[in-house]
Amino acid sequence: MTDSIRNITRTNISRRRALAGLGAGASLVAMPWIARAADDTIRIGFPTPLTGPFAAEAKDQVKSAELAVKQFNDKGGINGRKIELLVRDDKLNGGEAATRTLELIEKDKVHAVVGSLSSAVQLAVNEVTRARGVIYVSISQSDTINEVKDFSKYTFHEALNPHMTAGAVARHSFKKGAKVAHLAADYAYGHEMLRGFKRAQAEIGAETVGEILHPFGAADYSTFMPRLRSMRPDFLCISNFGRDQANSIKQAVDFGLKQQAKIVVPVILHNQRLAVGPEVFEGVVGGANYYWGLESQLPSAKVFNDAYRAANGGAIPTDYGAYGYTGLSSLLMAMQVAGGTDTDKVIAALEALKYDVAKGPQSYRKCDHQSVQSVLVLESQKKADMKSDADLFKVVANEPASEKVLRGCTELGFPA
Amino acid sequence: MDTELILMQLFSGVALGAILVLTALGLSIIFGMLGVVNFAHGALFMVGAYAGLWVASLTGSFWWGLLVAPVMIGLFGMLIEYLLVRPLYGRSIDDPLLLTFGLSYVLVEGVRIVFGSDGIPFPTPSSLTGVVDLGVGFFPIYRIFVVGVVVIVVLLLWLGLEKTRFGLIVRAGARDPTMMRVLGVDISKVWLLVFGLGVGLASLGGVLSGPMRSVNPEMGALVLAEAFVVTVIGGLGSLLGSIIAGLVVGIVISMTALFAPEMATIVMFALMALVLLIRPQGLFGKLA
Amino acid sequence: MTSPAFAAPMPSSVRKPARLKSLVTTYRVPLSIIALCLLPWLLPSKALAVNVLVYGVVAVGYNLLFGYTGLLSFGHAAFVGAGAYITGIAIGQFGVPWYAAVLLGVFGGGLLAFAIGALSTRTRGIYFSMVTLALAQLVYYVALQASSWTGGENGLRGFTVNKINLLGYDVNFLDPVNKYYVLMTFAALALWIVSRILNSPFGAAIEAIRENERRASTCGYNVERTKLLSFTLSGTICALGGTMSALHLAFVPLDSLHYHASGMIVMMTLLGGASSFFGPFVGALVFLVMEDVFSLWTSHWQIIVGSIFVLFVLFLPKGIWGTFLARVMR
Repeated sequence: MTDSIRNITRTNISRRRALAGLGAGASLVAMPWIARAADDTIRIGFPTPLTGPFAAEAKDQVKSAELAVKQFNDKGGINGRKIELLVRDDKLNGGEAATRTLELIEKDKVHAVVGSLSSAVQLAVNEVTRARGVIYVSISQSDTINEVKDFSKYTFHEALNPHMTAGAVARHSFKKGAKVAHLAADYAYGHEMLRGFKRAQAEIGAETVGEILHPFGAADYSTFMPRLRSMRPDFLCISNFGRDQANSIKQAVDFGLKQQAKIVVPVILHNQRLAVGPEVFEGVVGGANYYWGLESQLPSAKVFNDAYRAANGGAIPTDYGAYGYTGLSSLLMAMQVAGGTDTDKVIAALEALKYDVAKGPQSYRKCDHQSVQSVLVLESQKKADMKSDADLFKVVANEPASEKVLRGCTELGFPA
Repeated sequence: MDTELILMQLFSGVALGAILVLTALGLSIIFGMLGVVNFAHGALFMVGAYAGLWVASLTGSFWWGLLVAPVMIGLFGMLIEYLLVRPLYGRSIDDPLLLTFGLSYVLVEGVRIVFGSDGIPFPTPSSLTGVVDLGVGFFPIYRIFVVGVVVIVVLLLWLGLEKTRFGLIVRAGARDPTMMRVLGVDISKVWLLVFGLGVGLASLGGVLSGPMRSVNPEMGALVLAEAFVVTVIGGLGSLLGSIIAGLVVGIVISMTALFAPEMATIVMFALMALVLLIRPQGLFGKLA
Repeated sequence: MTSPAFAAPMPSSVRKPARLKSLVTTYRVPLSIIALCLLPWLLPSKALAVNVLVYGVVAVGYNLLFGYTGLLSFGHAAFVGAGAYITGIAIGQFGVPWYAAVLLGVFGGGLLAFAIGALSTRTRGIYFSMVTLALAQLVYYVALQASSWTGGENGLRGFTVNKINLLGYDVNFLDPVNKYYVLMTFAALALWIVSRILNSPFGAAIEAIRENERRASTCGYNVERTKLLSFTLSGTICALGGTMSALHLAFVPLDSLHYHASGMIVMMTLLGGASSFFGPFVGALVFLVMEDVFSLWTSHWQIIVGSIFVLFVLFLPKGIWGTFLARVMR
């Protein structure tokens, strides 16, 4: 009897307490998503992998994008309308990216989307925006997105693509008769880079002495090294990204491959160079969309760097970070020309746009909406030659913007 | 394919196998003695690498990092056992597994907060840089040093477990903890030490891996998978099994890298599936 | 014994008189349908609500094997992914109507579950977990390599369903509300099926195996066959979740097959409570909402999610729903 009474009281109290807790919890979490009042702010969604291995690049992208938005807002916005950047974490996962993009479009009613840091994420966002007629400026490398199968008239591709970067690095590095060994990651990015290198090699007359596809995301490359050495190459081409790049270059150097061959990579990454240090990267050559050191040659780079430094306590913009600035700037410039956010007008404006905001003249090619732009070829500096901690690379070539370095429209499947 | 290359590949495989053994030992010991599947093993490996780097940068010497970090992280492991794992003994085997799974999230994110999400350079100690000519090809001196350390660690473990009184208690405790209690042995103290030892070994693996791979918050994820494959193929709880399995996996990966390089990662999972389908308890494991 | 479809199926659990519980138990079908109908209006976004449906179904399906049969699989992402891929390929490359593609996805995922189950149920304990993990990784690898079918690492795309025909009416499937309620019907169906399975003699059989395999065998149950059937059914329900996700996102990421995805399913299930029918669904809901809310707030949300998980294992091993049932509903 006493037992059951005690039971009842306890149940009641805990139930009441639980309900009160639930209510409080519900009202607390309900706050952030109260429907936003209709206003005339221009909202731009920005999915980027704030968590995961590319978090540092993602944060640089956000800083650059915020700078572009701030600059336009300081000038009075677009037709008096303020611009708001809605940053979301896509976790470097296509499914997450698709969900965040749906939320941005359906709930936040964004007028355009800019972002991505991987081929898969970019294609996922592209799929969602294409079906819903939302403008998307993609800022991550991919050859696939140029092809007619994934074409969306709403999508503009601000980043370089593997064909351009690998081509530029090959044209700068290889001579006729050079022997090239390839180590490439076994997925789209690696395959596309490998293809880009080999096409350029065919034009130059450089021979492929062997190629190894490695599982992507591998941590140990020691088992590939004996075979790479036995190929006796003049150049070792390592086509992979992120941590894979850092690990594979480091281990190739450990195995003494640098004494035997020059190491070239399609894209030399600022943050990976920082992650493994100058000794390992010394002499490695690779392509890039942007390097802050460009400021000594190019006024627009100087203006961008200065603005970025002022906004970020003296920090310099990085390669993938700069895409956030160039991508967002081109979109906002087009909106300015279009006088607002009308989709067709903005598309027309983007197609006609000529812009130079950081790295020399750029424009979007009509057929595939690929940004025609310069490609840098950088070489990692010796520690003794670095004038400051940020003085990582030497610009060894700057291939000017030209449609000639892109694959032709008909090759991509577009009508001639 | 010339013999020289195949011999060289075989050697790379053995060396890789030794590294795999090192990463698997901690996991194997903790499971074998405590029956706890430590999913935070990879994260602790990574924390170990960061600790080694931190100590090395404070003292200016890699060797201090190599000695101090495993002890430091081993003590941290004891704290984990005392605070988090101990309350779960006697519950289902899934509980510690899931707890350590959650813990690995916390550790990885914690390191990101403290050290940033970028990788950090961990230079090879200058006395161990360079390559050595093996007659059939060149091999980094540092990797040969790591193989040496693994051999020493395995020998010490074997001596400790087979030839000392403490080892006797540990082995008996693994077989029948209740009986040990009846005999008046404070088994929870033993478990605390064993857990610390396992975690210390994980972090030793991390420190030693630092100069071979870049040190970053995600470096433990793949290590966890590798360590599991090796431990499971060897048979959970069997030290000898882990060692043999580690070498076998290393050689299989290396040979695959020669003939079908893109399959070098997946082959390890295929091997595990194959072994378990033929011998459901692993090579040296005992049936439950 | 209380109805296994709702309460913690402890063998010794004795029904205690409680008004609320009997009320909820009696009307559990209409109540859960009302809850599902209200869900998109209570959550931050409709897209998130559909994800909750998807992972709710996946977690409930998974729990058939984990919570009720007592087998910890680390390979269920393979079945979710298989369902999604098959649906996407059927629509995008063969022009199959969406409903037929769903059936194909469910069937194909179920078949894969049967194959993997036939191999893995021969092992026990942690070895079982590892075999499922290894075989699922092989599926991941096949999907990576078969890129002309699956899109490889770029992910599967090109199968957006814009509108569907329901009983003669064209429904705009891009509209988030329409999409939610169409997919909700699938989710409700899946929950009903699982509930029927658990209330059947088969449901009693799998719980008997979980409690004591040898005793179940002595009692005349065919343990091997029952485990395999449970594995297959569980995988089939997960495949349905996968097809729903394919229709929802119009994209299948390769990551959906990775063992990290399997781990997430386990986490959701445990968070909600593996010992109750609705627990896993609640777990999926809480997990996804937490992720959504915390990731807007801080990029270090993983430390929060991880800590919550640790605290749950330590102090609330029955999970959110299991604890709720035990504390409030008795």
